[in-house]
Amino acid sequence: MTTVAPDLEIPIEDIKAGKRVTEYHLMWWAFRRDPLAVLSLVILLGFILGAIFAPNLTPYPEQGRGDPNLLEKFSPPNQGHLLGTDYLGRDVLTRILYGGRSSLAIGFLVVIVAVLIGVPLGAISGYYGGWIDNLVMRITDIFLAFPPLLLAIALASALGASFTNTMIAISFTWWPWYTRLVRAQTLSLRERYFIEAARSIGVPSWKIITSHVLPNVMTPVMVQATMDLGGAILVGAAVSFIGLGVQPPLADWGQMVSIGRIYFIERPWYAGSAGLAIFLVTLAFNLLGDAVRDAADPHTRRVVDVGR
Amino acid sequence: MQRLDYILKRMVMAIFVLISVSILTFFIARVVPSNPAAAWVGPHPTKEQIEKATLELGLDKPLYVQYQRYMQDLLSGDLGTSVRTHQPILSDIKTFLPATLELVFVGMLIAVLIGIPLGVLSGAFKGSWLDHFTRLISIAGVSMPVFLLGLLLQLLFFRQLGLLPLGARVSTEVALFHPVTPITRMYLIDSAVTGNWTAFKDASIHLILPALALATYPIALAIRMTRSTMIEVLNEKYIMAARISGIRERSVLFILALKNAIVPTLNALGLAFVYSLTGAILIEIIFSWPGLGTYVTNAVLGVDFPVIVSVTLIMTVFYIAINLILDILQAFIDPRVIIG
Amino acid sequence: MNAPLLAIEDLHVHFNTYAGTVRAVNGVSFEIRSGEMFGLVGESGCGKTVTGLAIMRAIPSPGRIMKGRIFFQGEDLITKSESEMRDIRGGRIAMIFQDPTASLNPVFTAGYQISLQITQHRHVSKKEAKQLAFDMFSEVGLPHAKSIYNTYPHELSGGMQQRVMIAMALASGAELLIADEPTTALDVTIQAQILALLSQLRESEGLTILLITHDLGVVAETCDRVAVTYDGHIVESGTVDDVLYQTKHPYTQGLLAALPDTVRHKQSLEVIKGSVPDGLHSVSGCSFHPRCPKVMDICLDQPPSLIIVGEKEHSASCYLYMEETA
Repeated sequence: MTTVAPDLEIPIEDIKAGKRVTEYHLMWWAFRRDPLAVLSLVILLGFILGAIFAPNLTPYPEQGRGDPNLLEKFSPPNQGHLLGTDYLGRDVLTRILYGGRSSLAIGFLVVIVAVLIGVPLGAISGYYGGWIDNLVMRITDIFLAFPPLLLAIALASALGASFTNTMIAISFTWWPWYTRLVRAQTLSLRERYFIEAARSIGVPSWKIITSHVLPNVMTPVMVQATMDLGGAILVGAAVSFIGLGVQPPLADWGQMVSIGRIYFIERPWYAGSAGLAIFLVTLAFNLLGDAVRDAADPHTRRVVDVGR
Repeated sequence: MQRLDYILKRMVMAIFVLISVSILTFFIARVVPSNPAAAWVGPHPTKEQIEKATLELGLDKPLYVQYQRYMQDLLSGDLGTSVRTHQPILSDIKTFLPATLELVFVGMLIAVLIGIPLGVLSGAFKGSWLDHFTRLISIAGVSMPVFLLGLLLQLLFFRQLGLLPLGARVSTEVALFHPVTPITRMYLIDSAVTGNWTAFKDASIHLILPALALATYPIALAIRMTRSTMIEVLNEKYIMAARISGIRERSVLFILALKNAIVPTLNALGLAFVYSLTGAILIEIIFSWPGLGTYVTNAVLGVDFPVIVSVTLIMTVFYIAINLILDILQAFIDPRVIIG
Repeated sequence: MNAPLLAIEDLHVHFNTYAGTVRAVNGVSFEIRSGEMFGLVGESGCGKTVTGLAIMRAIPSPGRIMKGRIFFQGEDLITKSESEMRDIRGGRIAMIFQDPTASLNPVFTAGYQISLQITQHRHVSKKEAKQLAFDMFSEVGLPHAKSIYNTYPHELSGGMQQRVMIAMALASGAELLIADEPTTALDVTIQAQILALLSQLRESEGLTILLITHDLGVVAETCDRVAVTYDGHIVESGTVDDVLYQTKHPYTQGLLAALPDTVRHKQSLEVIKGSVPDGLHSVSGCSFHPRCPKVMDICLDQPPSLIIVGEKEHSASCYLYMEETA
């Protein structure tokens, strides 16, 4: 049982100096003190930068874009190829850097689209209530009734296998979660005095929603979005594992596991590296999500060091 | 009779959702594709095929007529014909579904048996090494792509240790000399019912790895949910009252507290069930498991659009049914659910 | 005179919090005799409930019993192991609380909860436990014992829930019942019924009851002896007649003056100015002195000790009476 008060290393000097300390500032302060969160951030930045600067980082950019190198088929990890080569002799590390482009992009795009559709709908639904609320909620019910991966597969097949269509299909299964989250938040906000006050002095509804409701739901949405990035990457990988999504010769992690699984028992480095990349990125986003959630919660923020 | 009212209300809601789901799948099948008739007959269609399909599906008619026809077909069990197998989709599904269900049920069983006790203990001993350990398992479990886990299990148990088979539902030997008599097409049940214990043992051994891989995500979900609700419940006054009246800690945790924590956990299990259904698609590919997942994956590769839409619909119906059952179960576990 | 069933000597319970050490119970001593109803009275935050929990050795973290002894039938409970305490809790000493709705598990029937209580403390079959439960339900005045058995807590009224709690407390044969504000959450008419039930059980079962309450009116009606607590100390104790009608301590006088006219007839209610110390910041001398109308210089220096101030064991801790006895 510790009786020592946690070391409150809040930016005291700033506060004393009369600077305004924002909520985000405090979150960042709490976040920085969580070693797992920082590690996750480093891993993610590594993958993101690796994907962006892939052509500059690898000696085999043409293999990253898909050119075969048949002389070196299935060579195990060695000095020239740190993670070995694939069934067409291409450098696996290079393929992973290039594959990160679509795998990471799908995570971010899916979440962004889901937030853009889900959040406004949730705010409107919660703020107005009545038949609008009812209608929106019944629509979310329908989407949530489907197993998400299957709905994405069906939609992507209907639209045709491609990166954009996969992204659209997954986003379609994702937005209702944000609608529900924001609606619940809005419902409780609506009862609060500052909204009541704004309404009583005649502030128009759209203005209340944009300047009072939305800013106040951003923190839970941010927490959810961070967690969902991992989930969206996982679903994206699953969809391309099945054969929809990015098509060869372009690289994609899910697609790499899908092709490499046939050789996996004898040559695990190919599918294994791609699978590990998916796992690491998803894990990092999940840890990051946990950390953001803890940092956003004033109750846990204080004991980031002491507890856990 | 409040309970009956509640159950009826849930059923009506489930039917409403079923109808809405049929509308959405109708849109996916007949409206979203740029050329629905071509999509329906498969890759490289001939002009005659397209014309025939247009007529059959009523694609020249207004949408509500098309939907009416779609529903009539569905209710009479006509899900269309597979482009690849040229079989009625319903009979294909009847062949493949039991294998998937067997896998999913065994996986869920493992998840419940491992996940809930671990969640209870880590909630009860918050901050202990056990709690940290299960936290690690659960966060790794939700981050692990299920296909990678399947491959790693194969590498360890088949390649390195040589303990368990690589895939398939039974070994070739058993398939040839001790074939399972198909009754339900779930091998464990069928072989047990017919007393074919050689096949039962073989089928069980083949189930271990895919079921374990499939169970990981639900285990993680069950741990997380049980843990957080246990922490909440253990702070309740009735738990303090029970401890003060000398009830054994084991009974406090696993009877008095767990029954309160189980309702939110059941909801999580409903979610876990969907992930298992969809995870099964990926697992079946890895373990050459002849179930719906293999069927739908082959459909994706063969651009067998009617199959994809029908499997989606069937699995969704299953999911809705499971959620309905969980809702009803809740009404029996927690009497307060009915009033709320 | 009966031997004491429970004797508490110099009990100290402290809570170590981030803000500092809270001295919730700070040297409490009293005795309860077999078969009596003993009242422990004080405002909220006086350490009454913590004293009750200390007897059960169930102080919630971060609280700890720092010092003192608790003798129950001659055995010191402080020295008991956790497994010995489990048999005592519920088996020989039982406790009921202010809020029966929160104290009953919402997802188990009343019957299941009482049966669990019985089977964990007595070696009886399920059938015998069920019969015993029926008997206990009738004993505490619940009609239709069989239908109550299959009822969930939320289907019962507050008074009935408290009766179920009492039945559970008695079902495993407890000799001492600690009733912590058992009527505070109930309607006035129901309060009287529950108090009557406790009195009746005391007669019929020979039950000893420690009644923890803030209500001197309740004490006047039901208890034999009473101890008044303030800031973790006992400031006055004795028979109910002595304490309520020969009141010595200014705090007890203040409590009585604040009482509606059920005990004494008077025109207007008075209040004790100020509030109970928080146990965190210790007050020098007598801890009541900042609120005391009769405060003297000496009260600020040393805390007074409990001394005999009247007949029998009527005692109080107040310098007003120090010269008389010294």
